[in-house]
Amino acid sequence: MAAFILSRILQAIPVLLVVGFIAFALFAFVGDPVVTMLGQDYTEAQRQALIHSLGLDQPFFVQYAHFMWAALHGDFGISYRLARPVAGLIAERLPATLELAFTASVLALLVGLPMGVYTGIYRNAASSRLFLVFSLIGVSLPTFLIGILLILVFSVMLHWLPSFGRGDVVHLGWWSTGFLTISGLKALVLPAITLGLFQMTLIMRLVRSEMLEVLRTDYIKFARARGLSDRAINFGHALRNTLVPVITIVGLQFGLVVAFSIVTETVFQWPGVGLLLIQSIAVADIPVMSAYLLLVAVVFVVINLVVDLLYYAVDPRLRIERRAAAGAR
Amino acid sequence: MALLDVEELKVEFPTRRGVLRAIDGVSFGIEPGEVLGVVGESGAGKSLTGAAIIGLLEPPGRIAGGRVLLDGKRIDNLPPARMREIRGRQIGAIFQDPLTTLDPVYPVGRQLTETMQTHLKLSDADARRRAVAWLERVGIPAGAQRVNAYPHEFSGGMRQRVVIALALCAEPRLVIADEPTTALDVSIQAQIIELLKSLTRDHGTSVMLVTHDMGVIAETADRVAVMYAGRIAEIGPVRAVVKQPAHPYTEGLMGSIPWIERKVERLRQIDGAMPRLNAIPPGCAFNPRCPHVFDRCRVERPDLLDAGATRAACWLHDA
Repeated sequence: MAAFILSRILQAIPVLLVVGFIAFALFAFVGDPVVTMLGQDYTEAQRQALIHSLGLDQPFFVQYAHFMWAALHGDFGISYRLARPVAGLIAERLPATLELAFTASVLALLVGLPMGVYTGIYRNAASSRLFLVFSLIGVSLPTFLIGILLILVFSVMLHWLPSFGRGDVVHLGWWSTGFLTISGLKALVLPAITLGLFQMTLIMRLVRSEMLEVLRTDYIKFARARGLSDRAINFGHALRNTLVPVITIVGLQFGLVVAFSIVTETVFQWPGVGLLLIQSIAVADIPVMSAYLLLVAVVFVVINLVVDLLYYAVDPRLRIERRAAAGAR
Repeated sequence: MALLDVEELKVEFPTRRGVLRAIDGVSFGIEPGEVLGVVGESGAGKSLTGAAIIGLLEPPGRIAGGRVLLDGKRIDNLPPARMREIRGRQIGAIFQDPLTTLDPVYPVGRQLTETMQTHLKLSDADARRRAVAWLERVGIPAGAQRVNAYPHEFSGGMRQRVVIALALCAEPRLVIADEPTTALDVSIQAQIIELLKSLTRDHGTSVMLVTHDMGVIAETADRVAVMYAGRIAEIGPVRAVVKQPAHPYTEGLMGSIPWIERKVERLRQIDGAMPRLNAIPPGCAFNPRCPHVFDRCRVERPDLLDAGATRAACWLHDA
């Protein structure tokens, strides 16, 4: 097991190096930071001095190595726009995004999974067909439209929930959480639904089709022949066997939710990293953009590792193959 | 009184082009402790009969007529919850392919304890102890360790042993074994049949053994029912059916089996094929292939008639 985790981490290194390269290349190809930093009036000597102090006169690969080394230590440079260290900026806003993504994913799972099981078991019921139509809407409506509609109904017309922001937050060390205040929780509802709706319908449709597949298998028929209860058959045996593909999709979707909550955060002015990214792109704030790129890469690598480990918990056949492969080597 | 009585069972499949009758008036009984062999070609309705008895017909298949009685009580019209109590507890089932019959994500012990605790009041520790005992009883050595193994860690033959343990662990009084050896290596088949035979004899369990292997039937069964096109062609004690078949179809089946003691140049075969369900001929369904066919066979359908030691659905035996 430890060897497996180690090999996965080693595999992640080239991925991060390549993403780091792209992030680094942003500096070279998008605008000239020296001109940006010097302002309007400067002498050639000042320019040369700045270039030298920033290390921009060194060879490309030396600069790349410096960049990655600094990034490894959590130093992503200083934001052009806010003149503060990027690492601090992101750390400040990351809890907002993670809490939103977490809530959206939990919501999607808690609603999508039972609905998928239900529509899989009672595939011809009228309610199942209704769920399927509803899920089509969820899959096909763009996120920003859903967000704006929700704001229109629940904030503008009904005045039940706030239309923007995160409400009051409580600071636990460097982490700021909206889970502990009423206004924080209320502010979370609409963005979480907006962000989670697509995942919810995706999970529902996936679970449904997997359930239909598994319910046809011999071991489900045999479970019925053994006289097990419907509950044990549907949840203990059928659902359990659908979990491998479901975990894959949920995991990858969580990555996407974290990485691309940009639209939702913009619609709801949610103070997370997505909103930070949009604001930074508008003024070509390269350090923030490149740090964000690396952050997303790390998130995906971590999620993939977790998903792989969950496979082990769910499907015993993978354990034996790994063991056999290790023995053969 | 017979343990199981099947009376005039009819199974139908509604299709777009009309209703297909896959089983058309099948009647037989199984006594306590008896082994009834059911033979016939593919599509004769052997497996469907078994599925209909335990109430596991695949929709849209449905019982369209007749009765199934267990201990004289009807079980073909029970609500699903009551039928569930009968499956596993009163009537166990063994399926054909052991590679796909076991749930891959649970250890075999867990599947055994689950089945036993569904039907019997057992503590976790007791259920576990019994699971280990069952594994050893079906010939899996070191049951105490293997109880935690997953199905994929067993060979095909071993998995069928586990399936047999699962079918018997709630101590049913009847087991329906649907081609239990068809998917296994020839060398394993005899072992599995022997195991099934000895276990059911020890527990006094009745067996409905569905197979197309006459050799297995001759070795194992007390009585045998020969099915053809959804009906019983002949039913009787296994010796009589094998030695003096009364129905021309049974005769044809026996002629197609190689015997060590008889020296023949070529095995006989039955010309033609079993009719499709939507094209069963009038009269006796076997008449287009029958060597002894006469006029009456083409117009009137025979019911089971006394024919010496057996009963056969054939006008040759109309006294």
